[in-house]
Amino acid sequence: MLKVEEVSVRFGGVQAVAGMSLEAPPGRVTGLIGPNGAGKTTLFNVITGLQKPNTGRVLLGDRDLTKASTAKRARAGVGRTFQRLEVFGSLTVYDNVLLAAELAHVKNPSAAAHQLLERVGLGGFAAQQAGVLPTGMARLLELARALAGNPSVLLLDEPGSGLTEAECKALGDLLLSLTADGTAVLLVEHDMELVMRVCQHVYVLDFGQLLAEGSPAEVSANPAVQIAYLGAEEVSA
Amino acid sequence: MAHRNDTPQRMDPVSTLLALTVTGLVTGCIYALTASGLVVTYTTSGIFNFAHGAVGMLAAFGYWQLLEKGMPTLPAFLLTVLVLAPLLGIVIERVLIRRLGNATLEVTLTVTMGLLLLLLAIANTVWDATTPRVLQPFFVGKQVTVATVVLTYHQLLIIAAAITVPLALWAFLRMTRTGIAMRAVVDDRELAALAGASPTRIGQLGWGIGSSLAAVAGILLAAQVELNATTLTLLVINGYAAAVVGRLTSLPLTITGGLVLGVLQSLALGYVTISWLNQVQVIIPMLILFVALLIAPPTRLRVGQLAPLVAPRVPSSRRSLGSTGAFLVLAAGIVAIIPSGQLGNVTHGAAVAIILLSLVPMVGYGGMVSLCQLTFAGIGAVAMAKVGGGPLGLVAAVLAPAAVGALLALPTLRLRGLYLSLATLAFGYAMDNAFFQNASVMTNNLGLPVPRPLGLDNDRGYLLFVVAVFAACAFGVLAMRRSTLGRRLVALGDSPAGCATLGMGIHVTKLVVFALSAGLAGLGGALLGGQQSVVGQSDFALLLSLTLLLMAVVWGVRTISGVFIAALAFELIPQLNGHLGPVGDSVLSLLVGLGAVGLGRSQNGIVGAVLSSPGLRRLPSLPHPRSHSDDVSREEVLTGAQG
Repeated sequence: MLKVEEVSVRFGGVQAVAGMSLEAPPGRVTGLIGPNGAGKTTLFNVITGLQKPNTGRVLLGDRDLTKASTAKRARAGVGRTFQRLEVFGSLTVYDNVLLAAELAHVKNPSAAAHQLLERVGLGGFAAQQAGVLPTGMARLLELARALAGNPSVLLLDEPGSGLTEAECKALGDLLLSLTADGTAVLLVEHDMELVMRVCQHVYVLDFGQLLAEGSPAEVSANPAVQIAYLGAEEVSA
Repeated sequence: MAHRNDTPQRMDPVSTLLALTVTGLVTGCIYALTASGLVVTYTTSGIFNFAHGAVGMLAAFGYWQLLEKGMPTLPAFLLTVLVLAPLLGIVIERVLIRRLGNATLEVTLTVTMGLLLLLLAIANTVWDATTPRVLQPFFVGKQVTVATVVLTYHQLLIIAAAITVPLALWAFLRMTRTGIAMRAVVDDRELAALAGASPTRIGQLGWGIGSSLAAVAGILLAAQVELNATTLTLLVINGYAAAVVGRLTSLPLTITGGLVLGVLQSLALGYVTISWLNQVQVIIPMLILFVALLIAPPTRLRVGQLAPLVAPRVPSSRRSLGSTGAFLVLAAGIVAIIPSGQLGNVTHGAAVAIILLSLVPMVGYGGMVSLCQLTFAGIGAVAMAKVGGGPLGLVAAVLAPAAVGALLALPTLRLRGLYLSLATLAFGYAMDNAFFQNASVMTNNLGLPVPRPLGLDNDRGYLLFVVAVFAACAFGVLAMRRSTLGRRLVALGDSPAGCATLGMGIHVTKLVVFALSAGLAGLGGALLGGQQSVVGQSDFALLLSLTLLLMAVVWGVRTISGVFIAALAFELIPQLNGHLGPVGDSVLSLLVGLGAVGLGRSQNGIVGAVLSSPGLRRLPSLPHPRSHSDDVSREEVLTGAQG
C-alpha cells in the first residue's frame, strides 16, 4: 500500500502542494484529478523522489521512502510514467522496454519486452526509434517500460492523452487487469470517462489542497468540485 | 599570469602581502567583470558561452585598431563597448543562439566553442599573431600610492568598473521595466511570454549586455597583460571559475569568486617558489572551478527536458562484422599503394581516428561532453614512453589513462551536463599546465621519445597496424552499444529522470564509460606518439582537444564513420594551408568553427544527417490522436465528469 502523509511542497512564494495525504492500496485504481496546476504532477514527483517535499512522508507498506533516491524507490516497487514524455528517444521501442526488464532482473528480458509491447499494442513497432513516435504511442511505450519493472505501485500521469477512443478503452481494460494482479495504480487523468470507468476511489486536488475524495460518482456530484472546475457563476447558471 | 606591473621587489613582508593582495584584487575585478557577462548571457538564454573570452578578445583588438586609426581613447572605448560589442552579441544571438532552443548540450557547447575558434581564427587572420602589439593602459604614467602600495590609474579604473558595473546591472534588473522582464524570462520563459514579455528580444538584450561586459573585461585585461588573441581568449576561461562559484546565476557570488580567485593567484605568484609548483597560479582557477563544482548542491533531476532526436541506426552484429572486414580489406589495399611520403600523415590520421572514436561512447551515446580527451591521449603516450614499446607498454597505454579517467569520474559522478563538461575542462587545463609542461614528465623541451609498439619499425606495416586497431576498437564500440551497457548509456544521455524511475544506478555506468573512453583515447595517443617518435606539450593542448571534439561533433559523433571522416578531415585540411596564403594557418579553425556554428541545423552531424533513414520518420500514425492534456480546459474536464 502506498501512503502519502501530509506532504507539502513550496516553490518560492507558490504553495504547490499543501498538506496532502492519500492512499493507493493494492488491487485498486486510485484517481487523482484536478485542474491544470493543481499539484498532481508535483505530488507524483514527490512520491518518486524527483521533488523533495518541505514536509510530509511517503510510505510503501511499512517502509519510509521519504529520503530514498528515485532509483531506490523504483527498486522498491514504485513505477511511473510522465506527463511530459521521458522515453529514451535514441533507443528503439524494443530496447526501451528491454532495458527496463534488464534493470528489473527479469528472467528472460527479451521475451518479457516483446510480451509487454504486445500487451500495450506496440508489438508492430518494436524496431522503430522511440524518439519519433507520436505522443499517444510514446505514452503506451512509457507504460510498457514501467510495467517491465514489475512495480507494486504504478503511477500514471495522463496515460490517455493522445490516444484514440478505442485505444483509451483498451488502456482502461489494461489498467483493470493490472489491479486484478494486485498492482496499486495511481492515475492522473483528464479524461473523466476513463476515470469514471476504472477508478474505485478518486482524490480531487485544487491549488495543492485536497478538495474532495470518494467514489467517482460522489466526487463528480460534489458542488465544491464543480465550482473549482467551472467557477461559481457557471454552476449557479 | 605574468602582469606587466609585477610584484614590487625587496619590500617588507607586510607591504609585499598588501601589494600582492591589491594586485590580485585588480585581476579579480577583471574576472568578476568577465564572469558577470557570462552569467547574464547564461541566465537569459540558458546557453553557456564558451566564446565569451573570444568576444572580449575581438573587442580589445577592435579598440586597438580604432586607436591606431587615430581615434581618441574615450570615443574609441565607448564605441567599442557600447556599440560594436553589443552589436556582435546581438548578431551572435540572432544567427546562432536562437536556433538552439531544443538542442542537446553537445550541440550548444560545440556551437559556442566553434564560435570561439572562428573568432580566434578571424583575429589571427586580420591581426598577424606574430606581430607584437601593445595596448596602452588608460591614463599612462599616472598613479597614486595608498599606504605602501602603488596603484596606477588604470588599476583604479578596473576597480571602479568592477564596482559600478554590477551595481548598474543590479539597478537595471530591479528598477527598469526591461530589467524586470528580463528576470521574468529567466524565471519562466513561457510564462513571461504569456505576460507580454518577448523572450527573443530579452535574449538579444542579454547577449548584447554580455558582449559589452566581455569587451570591457577584454580591453582592461589586454592593457594589463598583452594584446595576444590566444592569451586573451584563454585567460578569460578563468572567469568560468568565478561564474561557477556563483552557480551561473548569482552575481554577488560570482563577483566574490572572481576576487578570491585573483587574490589567490597573485599570492601564489608571489609566494610559491617550489619549482614543480611553478604553474600553480595557472592551475588555481581550475582548482577553484573543480572544487566549486564538487561542493555545489547536486542539480535536481529535471523532467520534460527532452529534445526531439533521430539517432542514426546501430548496425547489427553481423552487419558490423561484415563492415569491419570490408573496411580492413579496403584499407589494406589502400595502404599498399599510398606513396611513402604520405604514410606519416595517414598514420597520424588513423591514430587521431582512434582518439576521436573514444568520444563516441562518451559524447555520442552518453551525452557526456568531455573536453579533455587529448589529455587522456597524452597520458597514454607518456605511459607507453615510460613502460616501453612491448605488449606491456600497450597495456599501460590503455590502463593508465583508464585509471585516471575513473579517478576523474569518481568525484564528478554527481555532476551532469554543463557542469560535468566544465569539470573535464578544468582537469584538461590543469593537466596541460602541470603535467605536460612539467620537465620531469616530458623530459625536456625537445619532447618525450615514444617507441612504436611491438617493434613495428616499417612505416607501411605500422599504418596497417594502426588501421587494424581502429577497426577492432570500432567493432568493440558498436558491440558495446548493442549491449546492456550501451542501452544504459544511451538511456542516461536521453533521460536521466527516466533512468532513475526505472531504478537504474548511474554511477557504475558513468565510471565504466569514463574509464573505457579514456583508455581508448590513451591507446590512440600512444599510437600517435609512436608515429611521431616524439611528443611535446603542444600535442595535447586544450585548444587542440576542443578542435578535435568539434570535428567529431560536426561530422557526427554518434557514428563510427562520422569520427573516421572527422579524423581524415583533420589531417587533410592543414594540407591546404600551403595554397591559401596568409589565411592558410587559420583555415582549420575557420572551417571547424564554421562547421560547428552550422550544427544548429543538423544536430547529428553531417554523417548522421546522411545516415538517418527517411523510413524512420514514416511511422504509421494513430488515427485521430486527441489533443494533449495541456490544452484540456476545466470545462472539458467537468463535461467529461458529467458524461
